[in-house]
Amino acid sequence: MTIVPIIKRDYIIKLAEQGKRIDGRDFNHYRKIEIETNVVNKAEGSARVKIGNTQVLCGIKMDIGEPFPDTPATGVMSTAAEFVPLASPDFESGPPREDAIELARVVDRGVRESQVIQLEKLCITPGEKVWLVFIDIHILDYDGNLFDAASLAALAALSTTKVPVSRFLKDLNEKDRTSWQKQILDLYTIPGVDEIPFGADEANKNPNPIQDFPLPMTEPPISCTAVKINDFILFDPCFDEEVIADVRLTVATDHNGDIRAMQKGLSGSFSKEEIQKVIKGALDNGKEVRKTLKDVVSS
Amino acid sequence: MKSDIELIDTEGKRNDGRGPQDIRKIKIEAGVLHRADGSCYLEWGGNKVLVAVYGPREAVPRHTQNPLKAIVQARYNMAAFSVEDRKRPGPDRRSVEISKVISEALEKIVLTDQFPRASIDVCIEVLDAEAGTRCAGLTAAGVALIDAGIPMRDIPVACAAGKINGQVVLDLGKEEDNFGDADLPIAISPRTGEVLLLQMDGHLTYEEFNEAFDLAVKGCHMVSEIQKKAIMDKYQTAAAEVNE
Amino acid sequence: MTNEGRQVVIPGQILGDTPTFKPGRGTFVENKKIYAERLGVLNIQDAFIHIIPLKGRYDPIIGDLVIGIVEEASASHWMVDINAPSPAVLHVHEVPWEIEYADTEKYLNTGDTILAKVLSVDESKRLQITLNDRNLFKLKDGHLIEFEPSVYRRIMGKKYSMIEIIQKYTRCRIKVGKNGRIWIDGDAEGIEKVLQAISKIESEAITFGLTDRIEELLKKDAKDVR
Repeated sequence: MTIVPIIKRDYIIKLAEQGKRIDGRDFNHYRKIEIETNVVNKAEGSARVKIGNTQVLCGIKMDIGEPFPDTPATGVMSTAAEFVPLASPDFESGPPREDAIELARVVDRGVRESQVIQLEKLCITPGEKVWLVFIDIHILDYDGNLFDAASLAALAALSTTKVPVSRFLKDLNEKDRTSWQKQILDLYTIPGVDEIPFGADEANKNPNPIQDFPLPMTEPPISCTAVKINDFILFDPCFDEEVIADVRLTVATDHNGDIRAMQKGLSGSFSKEEIQKVIKGALDNGKEVRKTLKDVVSS
Repeated sequence: MKSDIELIDTEGKRNDGRGPQDIRKIKIEAGVLHRADGSCYLEWGGNKVLVAVYGPREAVPRHTQNPLKAIVQARYNMAAFSVEDRKRPGPDRRSVEISKVISEALEKIVLTDQFPRASIDVCIEVLDAEAGTRCAGLTAAGVALIDAGIPMRDIPVACAAGKINGQVVLDLGKEEDNFGDADLPIAISPRTGEVLLLQMDGHLTYEEFNEAFDLAVKGCHMVSEIQKKAIMDKYQTAAAEVNE
Repeated sequence: MTNEGRQVVIPGQILGDTPTFKPGRGTFVENKKIYAERLGVLNIQDAFIHIIPLKGRYDPIIGDLVIGIVEEASASHWMVDINAPSPAVLHVHEVPWEIEYADTEKYLNTGDTILAKVLSVDESKRLQITLNDRNLFKLKDGHLIEFEPSVYRRIMGKKYSMIEIIQKYTRCRIKVGKNGRIWIDGDAEGIEKVLQAISKIESEAITFGLTDRIEELLKKDAKDVR
């Protein structure tokens, strides 16, 4: 384990008392965010996000599988994170540590509970076949704030994901195809069109049931994370700040300015006022980050 | 036989447009990660590989330490999304085997006796896979080890040759790997010609093996030049810019 | 200006023949030929071919001044991280304090930073360090940063010229460990300037005229240099 020298800790605190941070940022400011999409050919969607020196890669894979019995007409999503030893001298190989599991679950909740993926539109044959969406997060370089980097990477990757209908067409029997034809019409209602025949590509304009189509999505919430060191609240902690932090709070906010998910971490504690402060900062930063994301995925 | 799919035409042109002795496009960049002691990003055809080197550092658990020299521990891992059908995250039997043969290949080249009891860890992450990931991983590892300042006898490099439709060709692509007759990935020390890694599957005559082996060695030398250029780009050019 | 005098070499690169040349640091000999064993800059002195490394872990040599971070205290010694391939032992006899058995934690504990000297390096690279010298002590306050150990000589400069310039313009107290760690004490502004200078030295380590460029950088906004 990396041991943080006490003098480094004291120095970070001393700077904070003067309103400064070790990399010269204001308490509320993020490091430079860079998003690159479609970086993995084999994935249905992918994105690499850099926040300062932190680098996270997210890849989306899709498959066809069975729905859960209680939601027979709903697609299935799952999220996993790998803290590979490439990213930090402290990460070890082997089964995911609890940190990786927490990260995956927090990203998963941010996507699932806000219905970012419209899973109800990912049904092929109710009760039998639905689309499965796998969100896999790969940490490449760890310099703090994995929560924001990972959730942003997941959102950017999902935004570029194409449902691979053409690749899986051979797995669909006659019944599935009929059902899927209906589904695709529900997805893209075209006045006067009530059936889109299979294979007729040229004659029919989009959508075509054998064509890959963008993953149906809604406006996502944006995660922003702050840590508390002594009494100071610092957003987007770098590694040196994160390892000495007492407590951490991640707040996901939506485009209406409402709160959609929260996660407190580490063994310290917050007062209500401090939590309010983090929420306000998350709302402000969330707007900026949302704009960065939109600029990338809409271009 | 599976070779009834046409992978190379009568003119010797392969499905991706390459000739029999052509290598896929390779791009190498050294020093791309912040936390690692050394790193390398490599694209080889449709393969994308990222390698980090940590160490020499204390080998843990302690019983793995060798009092006379460092151990080299390569860990080859495929990202879940790097293949057509999603792979379950984490090590499987295939990745454990590849990690082992790569570790052994690198151990021959690294001057391990300078670091008793230490470990040199080489993390190979395959982010996008399209035939030949072990060669891509080992080649990137060679550059990452240099970037980490690890003392070595040479820069290890890898390339495969194989047989498609009965003909020996260099550096199999995806289709050729799936439907070809044989694959022969090797790694060498380009300075001495010593073979550091060798695997083969499929079907080759003794004559075909010799032909494929020589071709793979030729490929290794081609890749070696790209490795060296990547390192010089990072270190010599950076110096030249400031001096001008 | 050319790079002629600072040729970058890579492992396995042939550098000369013996006995015309003699193999120095960072080289090895095979069949009477001298090869580079690591990434570095070629340096030929009195027929000796040396490689000055550009990257790599700190390789401890007896007498080196190092900055260590205490990993843990045991009854009779401390384990100290000095950025080397393995941690160093600091025995209770090697500190300037009278320590009763198992009382080590009171003097030095996990996370403490010390300025120490390499006392011994044995055949299997087991390390011992000492605090028994009047210039060695526990460091308090200030800031601690790491740098590429191979850049140490550039940070110090010829006859300490570089480090003296940095101290002069930033008015900071600075201790440079050969193991790639620097301790800086001063006001936040001064420390910030030291960090800028170090990062510039690191990225331009193999270039000429570096001392002048660093002085220029520090001079720019230094108003009251005595």
